[in-house]
Amino acid sequence: MDGTAKKRSGTRLERNDRLVRLALLVVAFSAVSVLLVITVFIVGQGTPIMFRYGLKSFLTGTRWYPSENLFGLWPMIVGSLYVTVGAMVLGVPFGLSCAIVLTEFSSKRLRSIIKPVIELLAGIPSVVYGFMGVVILVPFIRETFGGPGLSVLAAAIILGIMILPTIISISVDALQAVPPTYREGSIALGATKWQTVKMVLLPAARSGIIASIILGMGRAIGETMAVIMIAGNAAKVPGSLLDPVRTLTSNIALEMGYAAGEHRQALFATGVILFIIIMVLNTVANVTASRMKGAKK
Amino acid sequence: MTRQRFACLFLALAVALLAGCRGGRSKNELTLAGSTSIQPFADKWAEVFMERHPGFAVNVQGGGSSAGIQACKSGACEIGMASRELKADEADLTKIVVARDGLAIIVHPSNPVRGLKVAEVKQIFSGDLAGWQAFGGPDKRITVVTREEGSGTRGAFQELVMGKTRIFSGAITEDSNGTVREIVAHDPAAIGFISLGLVNSQVRALALDGAAANDANILNGSYRLVRPFLFVSRGLPTGLAKEFIDFVLSDEGQTLVREEGLLPIR
Repeated sequence: MDGTAKKRSGTRLERNDRLVRLALLVVAFSAVSVLLVITVFIVGQGTPIMFRYGLKSFLTGTRWYPSENLFGLWPMIVGSLYVTVGAMVLGVPFGLSCAIVLTEFSSKRLRSIIKPVIELLAGIPSVVYGFMGVVILVPFIRETFGGPGLSVLAAAIILGIMILPTIISISVDALQAVPPTYREGSIALGATKWQTVKMVLLPAARSGIIASIILGMGRAIGETMAVIMIAGNAAKVPGSLLDPVRTLTSNIALEMGYAAGEHRQALFATGVILFIIIMVLNTVANVTASRMKGAKK
Repeated sequence: MTRQRFACLFLALAVALLAGCRGGRSKNELTLAGSTSIQPFADKWAEVFMERHPGFAVNVQGGGSSAGIQACKSGACEIGMASRELKADEADLTKIVVARDGLAIIVHPSNPVRGLKVAEVKQIFSGDLAGWQAFGGPDKRITVVTREEGSGTRGAFQELVMGKTRIFSGAITEDSNGTVREIVAHDPAAIGFISLGLVNSQVRALALDGAAANDANILNGSYRLVRPFLFVSRGLPTGLAKEFIDFVLSDEGQTLVREEGLLPIR
């Protein structure tokens, strides 16, 4: 009697376990398959024109006039690069410093105030950032530095602010994951708090901090709405920080609504280029992070 | 679980997801999409029409003239709105002129320049002239603002002012009349072009070749930047679309047009 009862409940438990595992697998598969479908579709639509038009003239051509079938992406590639680098130059030092202050130099009460505020920053929609940029930042740049105000500088500043929450929260996690014995050991050897941070904690948290920088960079490259509103969207390589600029993402968003035929394929090709850039960035950063991890060990 | 069962499940899921994609719209709903120049006026027409015919919904979307024509061709909307003439590869669509509109060249109200020759406007937008000093304005670089390539307003501007010359690539590009107006309203060195019906107290419309930008000068022919507002559809409009267009072309619809600052078709 006992034996059969145990067998029945054992089978039921096993079945439930299998069902749950199956459900989770289905969900995971659907997420992956969506990504696969997107990739296949974009690459399928975008690559023919890259080779038909000529890869070199597509990537290095400086004139983008779709109505005349001229598809030179170079101004937009440079534009995305400038704007992203500008955002990193602003976002990384501020973000990292904020993370260090939050973990090492602030009281519990200060931390309980600042952390929710930063999480709030992350929740603000990009349209609102763009709106603030147009209403406050662009006139300020125009009146203080000249030019139209809609510029590389405006885009870099707004994007820098947008990636702050990403960099801060992941860096904070990375710093907090450093074992307390590292801190204690360093202080016991007579180092000051800042020396501890600079020479012990930052190297120890390096891979996490690099991860936060990669994610911030990914967000900056992919941001479209805010950039369209404040960057000016001129399809020309910017000559200075104050010149208007168009990024790869803005290019797609501005023209997708009405593009047809070759023009549409050219926009898909822009998407392919974006994919490639992001993959290269992620790979380089991951390799750097793992190499540093290996070297540390 | 065996590999075949995985594959079956995967396929089943994909099929289930795709089966959920289905179009379909009720007969009591009408969608117009396209020109941002026509959009505010279409909103007004839709509002009055829906008051007269409760139970019917008329949706107006923007996106630009070319986007509207594409949407109409693909069946995404019943009526496309275009603020430029149709091109050769769009000629298979039925087009109906619902109003006429002037094209205004706008500057900031503080700009001392009151009028320009059309040839000078062409020079500015082709990137040839860099500063307002050449026209008696302040010693500042001209901020040129244009619309995206699919815009009917830009198409009309290209045809009426630029001819074969390209608008230069360093011009700031925005995606609606409203945004262009906003930028010009806040930048003292900016110049742009918008629908004449959308000029308000925030910007000033320049006189062109001596003729001020107003309806009287359009009607007597001295202000030459005029373009038609078109409603396009696949084949002749039927049902709700036909009723709406009949309303727009009626005396009441055209009076509304005049009140809002456009030119009626007659």
